[in-house]
Amino acid sequence: MSRWACLILLWASMHGANAAGTIEDREARLSASLRCMVCQNQTLAESDAPLAADMRQQIREQLGQGRSEQQIRDYFEERYGAFVRYDPPFMPSTWLLWLGPFVLLAAGFAALWRVVSRHGRSQPAPLTPAERERADALLKGDAP
Amino acid sequence: MRFKLPFAIFIVLAILLAVGLRRDPKLLPSALIDKPAPAIDLPLLHDPQQRLKVEGLRGQVWLLNVWASWCAPCRDELPVLMELAGKDGVVLYGLNYKDKSDAARTWLQRWGNPYRGSAVDSDGRVGIDYGVYGVPETFVIDGTGRIRYKHAGPISADIWRERLLPVVRSLQ
Repeated sequence: MSRWACLILLWASMHGANAAGTIEDREARLSASLRCMVCQNQTLAESDAPLAADMRQQIREQLGQGRSEQQIRDYFEERYGAFVRYDPPFMPSTWLLWLGPFVLLAAGFAALWRVVSRHGRSQPAPLTPAERERADALLKGDAP
Repeated sequence: MRFKLPFAIFIVLAILLAVGLRRDPKLLPSALIDKPAPAIDLPLLHDPQQRLKVEGLRGQVWLLNVWASWCAPCRDELPVLMELAGKDGVVLYGLNYKDKSDAARTWLQRWGNPYRGSAVDSDGRVGIDYGVYGVPETFVIDGTGRIRYKHAGPISADIWRERLLPVVRSLQ
């Protein structure tokens, strides 16, 4: 029963994401999710490059023809490769990008664990009788 | 002994940064390598009655060079293109990308025309189909109509001899 509810919710959310909003909303969402290939650190929405304007024009035309957002994203990915997506997919060339932070985090925890465990193991050497006498004297307040 | 680990980390970082500095982030692998060349079907610059069709060039290795009269590096690579189309006998077609046809014809008349024909892509739509993101770009297309190599940026004599010509010869 709950599996069916999940499936229906999943279908509704996917369907909703595709159809939600006016053409302008969908165009804005698409152009914010695709990279301008000329100014590579900008999305299509942010870029003034002529190519970005042409690509936005393509998005408008294709939305007008009733194509889905996923179809349009695929259209650009076929031509420009996965790099055109502003959210990089998980693939061999992006493993370092996605996993690197977790590797660094794990290395940090490993280093921390080593330091802490070494610190906990090392016991200070016991006091010699002379040292104990001097410590007692200091604690009593009549230091020599 | 104490500094072994920090030193190792430093070396790894230095190597990563050195590699990163040497790579050109503008050079992107084409998504179209070994895929069929997208259809062009655009009128030719000097004879608008005729159209450039990829299917019509089956059975031979040919080059598609994306150019425009407003593109300064295109002017730089033109002597190399003249040479390869003339002396090396390579079949070369142009894609005149987002240009005004009058300006493009004047430009070819003035500097020389290495192309068997140039297709007029005035709105850049075919350029997008080919994944063009900067002009000039050059595609090597084999006898079955597949893109086998792409060079982004102007072709120098060295680049032609060392990178593109071997590809063309290996396909012929």
